[in-house]
This record gives sequence, structure tokens and C-alpha cells, in this order.
Amino acid sequence: MWCSGCGIGVMLGAMLRAFEELDYRNADTVVVTGIGCTGKSDDYLLTNALHTTHGRALAYATGIKAFNPKLHVVVLMGDGDSVTIGGNHFIHAARRNIDLTAIVINNFNFGMTGGQASGTTPGGSFTSTTAWGNPERDFDICALAEVAGANYVARETPYHGWELKELIKEALNKKGFSLVEVFSPCPTHFGKNNEMKEPREMLDWFKERGLPVERYRKLSAEEQENHFAIGKLVDRDAPDFNTRYEEIRVRATAQKAG
Amino acid sequence: MVIGEAAIRAGCRFYAGYPITPQNEIPEYMAEHLRQVEGGVFIQSESEVAAIHMVAGASAAGARSMTSSSSPGISLKQEGISSLAACQLPAVIVNMMRGGPGLGNISPSQGDYFQATRGGGHGDYRVIVLGPATAQEMADLTMDAFTLADQYRTPVMILADGMMGQMMEPVVFKEPQPRVYPEIYIMKGAGAGKSKFIRGLILDPLDMEEHNWTLDRKYQVIARKETRHELYGTDDAELILVAYGTGARIAKGAIKRLRNTGLKVGLFRPITLWPFPTNELRDLAKKVENFLVFELSTGQMLEDVRLALQGFARIGFHGRPGGVVPTPAELANVVTRQYDRKQGIIEHH
Repeated sequence: MWCSGCGIGVMLGAMLRAFEELDYRNADTVVVTGIGCTGKSDDYLLTNALHTTHGRALAYATGIKAFNPKLHVVVLMGDGDSVTIGGNHFIHAARRNIDLTAIVINNFNFGMTGGQASGTTPGGSFTSTTAWGNPERDFDICALAEVAGANYVARETPYHGWELKELIKEALNKKGFSLVEVFSPCPTHFGKNNEMKEPREMLDWFKERGLPVERYRKLSAEEQENHFAIGKLVDRDAPDFNTRYEEIRVRATAQKAG
Repeated sequence: MVIGEAAIRAGCRFYAGYPITPQNEIPEYMAEHLRQVEGGVFIQSESEVAAIHMVAGASAAGARSMTSSSSPGISLKQEGISSLAACQLPAVIVNMMRGGPGLGNISPSQGDYFQATRGGGHGDYRVIVLGPATAQEMADLTMDAFTLADQYRTPVMILADGMMGQMMEPVVFKEPQPRVYPEIYIMKGAGAGKSKFIRGLILDPLDMEEHNWTLDRKYQVIARKETRHELYGTDDAELILVAYGTGARIAKGAIKRLRNTGLKVGLFRPITLWPFPTNELRDLAKKVENFLVFELSTGQMLEDVRLALQGFARIGFHGRPGGVVPTPAELANVVTRQYDRKQGIIEHH
């Protein structure tokens, strides 16, 4: 389904291995996808799958989880779905701390439609809609999730497959909103336009610039500019939406009875 | 409030919405009362767009679900309504219409008739549209809307307006029907049945065409079986007004005045706006030659009346768009100006 060198397959493999290791049953699991390269993942799945409209996957997933908390709900999105067209749903899902796991493939552009700039296209880089360089800045998806209230935030790349699977497992086990951002090569578009045409070149870019978060945090601000943190960035245990909702509901019902 | 209570009694267990005047009574009622029901979920969403998609998600998970809004908010929801139709997910959407286009104002209007009855969003699809004219009917049709949504696995819209949303009338709630909805359509979890794949993206044109025809066959069944209308004083009428919702209430007042002056006027009131009761209206043209359409718009339902009556009768029109609610006396005056006993409707539309 995907171009050679794409990281979505690696993410999908890691997610499915995580499902297997956690004994997730197909009928108890719902994978909600958006639109674009990442959205095509559900063609490979035997779990429940809901292929939704562009940017709205988290809203669908919120409806599912709020009504039926027994389901494991996992949301697969690209950088367009999650923080460009769907940015509002993203911050509010994190604020609600609803018990979903969002896995975001960030390939720094809109791959499916031909490599246009997205909300995560780095400033100055080239895409089919920024032929002279991107005048805008990019979002840090993990930082956005952290300040919006997510219980768990991690970042990984397809270069580190085993670690990716472990982080997805942790995210799935975490109650509340959890996010795993997965940097992905896009040699067909982003790589081609930014002097990383060979699949290997973007992977090397991740390998050289991605540093375990402990090492990353020791760098000076200047050094940090050329690197990014990978691994678990946020881990906290604020009560999730369904737990708080049920407390309120019990109180409301008691008032009614009284 | 009537709609909220009727929805909860009908088994609605998921509501998502975003504040907009003139319909805030519905989300406020749901927030208070749905949270007192076992399994009842109310979410104030981050946007209208979020609300309709949360409703879609809850519907896929098996909830009887509802959202409500007013005109500009309904425009925002169209993406999700199109998606509900494509994925064949049941849901109820309430539109308390206000003046438009754009943000317009917050006064009662019927300017969203085209949007509601022609699908509203993109693609080949229809939405069942119910147009209540009394608080009692708001209660009854809300309950029926959930039944129809499940029966045809399709979104159903209650199309009322700001006046209906604010008025007070006594209501008797009918006994709710038990839900009939096959479990095979529900993502239930806990090992219940097979996993499901629900999608609105079908890239192969031939597959997509087949899906379109499948939906169309369903819409044809609905069009054949689900039309509803009310006749009022049509037996002896020489002129028939065609109006729905608040417009029909005003028309009834006008008819009483006109009958006091000896002019025999009746009312044809569509209750289902889609499917429009075309055949039932055309039947009336066998014995009545003159019809006058009255709407709180520049003439939207008028087009459906023309489709039903063009070539069979003379059609007049009176409309007040933009949130103006005329009195029955105004409408009665318009009728006497536009209708002449010898010539019939003078200005034929």
C-alpha cells in the first residue's frame, strides 16, 4: 500500500505486535483512522475499524469511548489529521484526558495528496506548496499534547522499531489520553524535495538527530535545535474522562433519587 | 426541553452539542438529565464539527445518539451528516432554524429547507426531515425520529425554528417503542460477535457507484413509505395554503379569519419535508385549482410544491425571510390580494 521507505508499515507492525503482547482481542479493539497515507492502515486490520473523515478521527473515537469504555480505542492519524485540520479535536481530546491512544505518523507533509506543506513542515523546508521554502513554523506535536493535558506522551522513529513497540504498549496500558508520535520518512515527497531522496537518508536523519530524552535534555538550547528527543516524554496519572464522568453521573443520579 | 425529554424517553443515551442561540435549552436539558441516566453520556464538544462526529462514533458503538444546533451550526455539521449517510449510521439532528445566510440573526426562519431536504452536505444522499408544528409534535416526532433512524440506518433531522424552540405548550409523552436495531451493526466489544469495518471512503468508482445505488434504493423505499402530512379544512376549500412548521401555525390563524369572511381556505401541511408528500398534494389538485405557498423564506418549499403541482394548478407564494414572523392577519390580507374568486391566483408562480 505504501511507498518504499515509508515508516507507516513499521508503525503498524509495532502496533499489532503491541496488541498481541497485550492480548487485545479483535472484537474488543477499535482502530479509528483519519484520511491520508496513515488512514489507509485499516485495510490491513482485523480489529473493528472506523475509517473516518479528515481530521475527525479523535471526535469519532471520543464518541465511541465515552459511550462504551470497555472498548480499547486506538486512533491512527497523520500530521494533517492530528494537528493541521484536526488540531482543535487534538488539544481537546488531550484536555479531556479521554482514555484513547493516539498514534500520530508525522512525515512533515501531506503525502497522499502530493507532498504539500502541513502544520508540521519545518520552517524553510521545501514541499509542493512551499517551492521557495516554508515561511511558517512547525508544531511540536508532543509539546502540544503535554500542555493540553495528555497523561502520556512519547516520540519514536521507525529506525527504533523495538522501542517503538514498547512505547506503544506503555501508551495502550496508560489510562487517559496517550500519544505516541512516530516520525516517518517520506522519500517520495518530503525527502525528494529536501535532499533526502533515498529512503535511507531520512532514516539516517532520524538516527543522527534523535536522542534519548535524558541526553537531549542535557544539551544546550543551541545544540537542541539540531536534535529532537525520543522516548517517553510525559508520564502522569490524572484521572481520565470516563472516571470523572462517572463520578459526576453518580452524584447527579443520587440527587435525583434524593 | 420537550425534545430533550422525548429523546431521553426514546432511549437516547448520547448527546454532543455546542452552544448556539436559539436552541441552548436542548443541550442544557440534556446536560442535566442525561447525566442522571445509567449509561447516559452528555458531552459539550469543542465545536459543531466535533459534536456530529462524536455522535457518529457513539452511534457506531451502539448508542441512540443526538445532536442539536441552529442554522450556522448545522452548516458546520454537514460534513458529518454526509458521513453518517455514507456509513449508514443512525442519528438524530435537531435544527432550530434562525435567519441567514451567514451568521444572520437569532430570529425564527425557514431558510434551511433546501439544505435539509437536499442532503445538505456533499454527495448523493438524503436525510429524512421532519417538520413539527406544535410542542406535542416535537415530542412525538423526536421519538419517531429515533425509530426511523434505526429502521433505515440513516440520519434523521428535526427541522423546527427559533419560535418552536422558545414556546410553551402542554405535552403528553407517548409510550416509547422498544429499540429494534440488529447487533451486527454495533461495535460492542467484550467478545460480542465479529469485528466490524465501517468506512466512508470507497476509492474504486464501480464499488462507490454500487454503494450509491444501494443508498438510493433505500431512499426510494423511504420516499414510498414514510411521507406524512396534515389536511386542515381542505374538504370544501376553493384555495389551499401550503405551509409547514411555524408557517403552518400562522396559516391556520389566517384560515380562521378568511373563513369568517366567507372565503373557504384550507391547509396542506407537509410533516415529512423529505420525503415530500408529492402525491398527496397532487391528489388535492384534482378538485382544487388554487394553491398558495407560505414560508418564512424567499421560497424554498415552493420548488417542491411546483414539482407536485406544476401543470395541475395555479400556485401563489408569500414569504418573509430573515427572521420576520408575520401575523395571521398579514397572511389573510395577502391571500385576499393574491386570490380572486373569478381569476384564481393572480400572480402565478
